[in-house]
Amino acid sequence: MSVYNQNRGGIIQIIIGIIFTILIVQLISLQIFSSKYKLAADNNAIYIKIIYPDRGIIYDRRKKTMLENTISYDLVVIPNEAKGVDTNMLCQILKIDKATYSKRIIEAIIKNTRVKASAFEPFLSAETYAQLNENLYRFPGFTLSERSIRSYPYNTAAHVLGYVAEVDVNFLQKHAAEGYEMGDYAGMTGLERFYEPILMGQRGVTRFLRDNKGKIQGAYEKGIYDTLAIAGRNIFTSMDVEVQQLAEKLLQHKIGSAVAINPKTGGIIAMASSPGYNPNLLTGNQRRKTIGRLLLDTARAIYNRAIKGQYPPGSTFKPLGALIALDEGLITPAYGYNCRGSYGACGDPRKCEHHNPGHAANLQLALAYSCNSYFLQVFRMAIDNPKYHNPKKGYLKWKEYMNAFGFGKKLGVDLPSENRANIPDTAQYNRDFGGAKYWNSCYMLTLGIGQDRMTATPLQLANAMAYLANSGFYYTPHFVDSIENENEEDKVMLEKYRTKIEVTKIAKQYFDVIKEGMHDVTVIGTGAFIKVPGHDFCAKTGTAQNPHGKNHSLFVCFAPKENPTIAVAVVVENAGYGSTWAGPIAGLMMEKYLNDTLTTESKLKAENLSNVDLMPAAIKSWYVRNNKTEMLTPIEYNNDELADVWDMEMLSEISPAKAVMDTLKKIDTLPATPPSEPLPTKKVNKETAIDPLQKKKKVTAKKDGKL
Amino acid sequence: MVNYNNNNFSKRTDFALILLYVMMVAVGILCIFMVEYNPNLNWSNSFLIAKTNYSKQIYFAIFCAFIAIFILLIDSKVFTALSNVLYILGLLLMLATFVLGKDINGSKSWIPIAGGFNLQPAELCKIFTALILAKFISKPETDFSKLKSHLIAGAMITIPAILSVMQHELGLALVYSAFIFAMYREGLPTIILVVLLSFAILVIATLVLDTAVLSIIITVIAGLFIINLIKKFKRNKNSILVIISIWAICFGTIKYIVPYMFNNIFECYQSTRIYSMMGKEYDCSQNVKSFNKTTINKKAARKPDDYNVKQSKIAIGSGGFWGRGFLKGTQTRGKYVPAQHTDFIFTSLGEAFGFVGTFTFLGLYLFFLFRLIRIAERQRSTFSRVYAYSVVGIFFFHIAVNISMCIGLFPVVGIPLPLISYGGSSLLTFTVLVFILLRLDADRQMVLR
Repeated sequence: MSVYNQNRGGIIQIIIGIIFTILIVQLISLQIFSSKYKLAADNNAIYIKIIYPDRGIIYDRRKKTMLENTISYDLVVIPNEAKGVDTNMLCQILKIDKATYSKRIIEAIIKNTRVKASAFEPFLSAETYAQLNENLYRFPGFTLSERSIRSYPYNTAAHVLGYVAEVDVNFLQKHAAEGYEMGDYAGMTGLERFYEPILMGQRGVTRFLRDNKGKIQGAYEKGIYDTLAIAGRNIFTSMDVEVQQLAEKLLQHKIGSAVAINPKTGGIIAMASSPGYNPNLLTGNQRRKTIGRLLLDTARAIYNRAIKGQYPPGSTFKPLGALIALDEGLITPAYGYNCRGSYGACGDPRKCEHHNPGHAANLQLALAYSCNSYFLQVFRMAIDNPKYHNPKKGYLKWKEYMNAFGFGKKLGVDLPSENRANIPDTAQYNRDFGGAKYWNSCYMLTLGIGQDRMTATPLQLANAMAYLANSGFYYTPHFVDSIENENEEDKVMLEKYRTKIEVTKIAKQYFDVIKEGMHDVTVIGTGAFIKVPGHDFCAKTGTAQNPHGKNHSLFVCFAPKENPTIAVAVVVENAGYGSTWAGPIAGLMMEKYLNDTLTTESKLKAENLSNVDLMPAAIKSWYVRNNKTEMLTPIEYNNDELADVWDMEMLSEISPAKAVMDTLKKIDTLPATPPSEPLPTKKVNKETAIDPLQKKKKVTAKKDGKL
Repeated sequence: MVNYNNNNFSKRTDFALILLYVMMVAVGILCIFMVEYNPNLNWSNSFLIAKTNYSKQIYFAIFCAFIAIFILLIDSKVFTALSNVLYILGLLLMLATFVLGKDINGSKSWIPIAGGFNLQPAELCKIFTALILAKFISKPETDFSKLKSHLIAGAMITIPAILSVMQHELGLALVYSAFIFAMYREGLPTIILVVLLSFAILVIATLVLDTAVLSIIITVIAGLFIINLIKKFKRNKNSILVIISIWAICFGTIKYIVPYMFNNIFECYQSTRIYSMMGKEYDCSQNVKSFNKTTINKKAARKPDDYNVKQSKIAIGSGGFWGRGFLKGTQTRGKYVPAQHTDFIFTSLGEAFGFVGTFTFLGLYLFFLFRLIRIAERQRSTFSRVYAYSVVGIFFFHIAVNISMCIGLFPVVGIPLPLISYGGSSLLTFTVLVFILLRLDADRQMVLR
């Protein structure tokens, strides 16, 4: 046959060529120009397992472990392999019924598929663990898996040490660059937060290959992309567990705070805030329940009053006021003021507790007897200092001194969310009184006795004592003395805690006078009955008026008088005289620190003191009410955010004086409750007014269980 | 007739094609090995024990080698002589599946034979159809420029295709359209190809575009043609009529034929696959077949997702330019691509060796096809040429459809990649196809009838 249509062979070749070109173009777009497929393949097949290293341990100054890791066990199940399980026995051990058993298995399947392990019962108790371990062969598919949790062996310093918690979305957004992932744990408050990068260590990453059913096939690329986990480093603090425990014990049933600093180093020996909580309740399976209760607690048990509470310093400010006047050359130690029980130079007379003439014949005496008139006069002299010709300039100079002493600014302690408290600016007074022209030293007269708008945190008060004790310098208060295997970066970070801050060049003899005066306080003055066996010490009491009710009881001191090694500040809210409540607490803390033990007598005193209940009635009734109505539903909060809310609240507390007076009129019966809940407290007041005594015992018992 | 001795025979056999064939089979075994590879097993042992697919494929290949040698030793006149008988035998076998058929993967197209192996007559029928088509066209009394001959040839192709559809083997049925190549080469008017191509484009356009939009586009095009005619003062009534009738046919296709195809001819899952390729969702409730099924089974027709294609594209795409390396593909190791050793075998190659690998591989195939065409064109006898073009068509159709399916250019149909995919029937079919051609080619000086 003849061969025709030969050109059609060529056409067929062209068609084939075109189709192949199309295929190659699509291959180019798939394989060369799109990177998403590689990612999709990795997402499919590479299972990344993160290995969490042990967190660092926190020690006190005697290398006692304050915060460590313990192992908790979870019961883990792979649903596919859980066949032929002795369910009766398992349910018996776990104290659940069979319906719960099947429900949990189904939950596990939903959460992690049939072939992957998921937690059946987390945080087993030691007893349950032992029982399960013995009988594990009866439960195929079940295994016990270790997990490391934080543990506080001394049940103490909850506010300082802080806690770890699972990170949430907010946290991840804030710390986006730090490589946290959903499900990670991170320090949320206290030292756990501040030293998070050091305590956390470095997480290890292991990559596995998994198949289409999620089964692990083996290491990916023989593990060349894996990184090892590096354990977190330990931290050595200046704290003393025993002093801390004592402080917390003494502050029981009271609202307040105690801070002790070693003036020689700036290391904080103890920092207690009451009411507190048992830090161990925020680990393991109780966490969810506890955190909700704590966050809703009207007494704000979770809130560290030592760095966030703002209190008018009251008379504890007086030594500093005197120091300013001395340094400015306005008075000499021999300066006296003829006080007859009140100060009337500014019109409306201000009361003084003492009437006997000569109680303010010189500085030393005035300090010992805490003469209000004397220090009001000294304050006015400082403001109306002829050197500056103008009360505003005088005030600014005075404020400069105060800031130098560490007031009205953040000290920079190694805890998150420290409060700066308040030393008012001239602008605030300009606003209050309608301009700079319209005010003089008489308008904020009570600043001279630590009232008016002046507030300070207990930490600032203790730091001021450290400053006096050192006669002119202090170290930034801090907890951490050293870090295990300290590297250059750590040294830079800790440098500021190791640098002496010499604030003002005040002559040493002035400090000596102040010290003598403060020593007289403990011998003949307002704190005369407080003794530290074997040691002379210097102190100043304070009884601060405040808009929330009864006076705050304050006490600041340092000891021994020569060569001081401890400076203490104690605040007990709404308790009354400084010497009655805060004084003995500070005294016992000093005794414990300096002598290592308490005398029998002191022990008894401590015991009695710890049992005294000074809780404001409103707070107590809140507890009663909430136990009744069970309002304490656990709600998860973002802790960081909450801290900010608290800051805002505290700022609102120091709103302009007028506003304060207004609120005072409105809520004159309202004791120290947070301003967030004014309504319920009022109601409660009426309730408790009916039979406060009847409920009192019940309340105390319940509170013990809680705190 | 022809001086026939071994010396000449070996000279005339196309060893280049044999070499290409061997290479393809070797690549296939390698690919299956990559899919099946398990680092926990000793692979050198498992090669010998016929338990894994790659070792089975090796045994298939050895068996095929015997068959190939056997074919090369047969007198080439046997193929012309037996083509009618074989075709009828093939059809009978296909009919037999309806009685003896064994259900594998949802299609009753397999006949169990001794030793646990199964035979798929539809595969063999491709060869027989190629032979009978060649026989028919090469007959002296056949004038392939006549419509009657076209219809007869079409019937020869359509009968096994319809039987395949009845066995629910749509993929195999589609393969029979590959004989168009051979028919086109032998004089099928180009207009038929153009019409078929236009129809295909219209169907695709219907799927991609909205019906209303497409109707407007077609009307506008028709209108433009008519205006053009009027402008040129060629008021030829006939040509206007032609344009209008073409427009009417197009419109009918869009409006009625395409929906009818999807709702009444295709199964629900097939329509869904085609729609999902276009990025659309198909509403199965419109499908007559699924409607019947659901009413009978009281079970909603399952909506198949595009998991296969997605995973297949991920596997190929993740290969990148250089590939992830031999045995290092995570998609393959994790068995994410279903049916990877059979229909989706191309993915293991694409993942392991990347664009370099796929490009080389396609080049090899292209070389293979062009070699086949070259062989076809050098035949003196029409029988050999038609047969050769049938082989070209079958191979090309398989390759194009299979690879397009793997890279998401064509809906998923169960068509193996020739000589590469795992499977005895498929390997045997392609071997026989190639070696019959080699046998005929060896006698290319002879005119066969």
